[in-house]
Amino acid sequence: MKIVVNGETRSTRAKTLAELCTALELADAKIATALNGDFVPADAREARLLAENDRIEIVTPRQGG
Amino acid sequence: MMPNFYGKEIASRLLIGTALYPSPQMLCDAVKASGSRIVTVSVRREAARGRTGQQFWDLIKELDVLVLPNTAGCKSVKEAVTTAQMARELFDTNWIKLEVIANDDTLQPDLFGLVEAARILNEEGFKVFPYTTEDLGAAERLVAGGCEILMPWGAPIGSGQGLANPLALKTMRAYFPETPLVVDAGIGAPSHAALSMEMGYDAVLLNTAIAKAGDPVKMGKAFAKAIEAGRLAYESGLMEPRDMASPSTPVAGTPFFKIDSAS
Repeated sequence: MKIVVNGETRSTRAKTLAELCTALELADAKIATALNGDFVPADAREARLLAENDRIEIVTPRQGG
Repeated sequence: MMPNFYGKEIASRLLIGTALYPSPQMLCDAVKASGSRIVTVSVRREAARGRTGQQFWDLIKELDVLVLPNTAGCKSVKEAVTTAQMARELFDTNWIKLEVIANDDTLQPDLFGLVEAARILNEEGFKVFPYTTEDLGAAERLVAGGCEILMPWGAPIGSGQGLANPLALKTMRAYFPETPLVVDAGIGAPSHAALSMEMGYDAVLLNTAIAKAGDPVKMGKAFAKAIEAGRLAYESGLMEPRDMASPSTPVAGTPFFKIDSAS
């Protein structure tokens, strides 16, 4: 299945958002996620199924002004 | 009396950004030197296997300050709202510096989007710090939408131009005597911060002026002193300027004094 993660197209076998985070070795990282523009809380990633062409954002704390 | 932001008394009138420093150590040293108790942060994409966010977060936690996440770069209501929601989870705070940007060259706020995003976020329990302009109509709508603080720009972000429209900022202060007001963006020199304080603003928020200084630690101290001086001046009551000279030395008893009868 093809999805877009942080603006880059990827192939994945992950079925859920949680599985995708694990596949990207980010499961234990300090991250927050959004799917197709909507925020997905950490405890909802397990239940959130992925579909073809989904757009996922995975973000982390960064410097800001 | 120190300013109160959403029920929290703030011990410093300087809010400081965490970006653009030469090194993480310099950031920490500059924040400490400035005495600031609130720092702004952002959320950005994390690479696969990345741990950059964790490292940065550990650094910020060591500073033991309040964290104000921003929605920098967001250009729509939807982007700003989702970014705020992600920031709330990441930083474990309902404070959000709300930016909805209208234009890449000026980085000016999209006031229509800002008002709408602020309304949504306030309804979701956020404590919104809106990055806005001096426009009083927009400000009224922000307050009506639940914002208990307003952050008008001094000048475009990163420009260091100071207070581009002092008259409008003065008007805003007079129009909102009770609402905490923070000059956010455009401050380039301690004198700009001092002027903001003299005008009765509650605080200033800046980043580049300290981060890009030759010596950010010294500049942090310089801003702290300017802000203290400006605030003391405001509380003291500044004299009214006048067009003509007025002698400060007593005129009565001036040697060789005589009435000017030329007219």
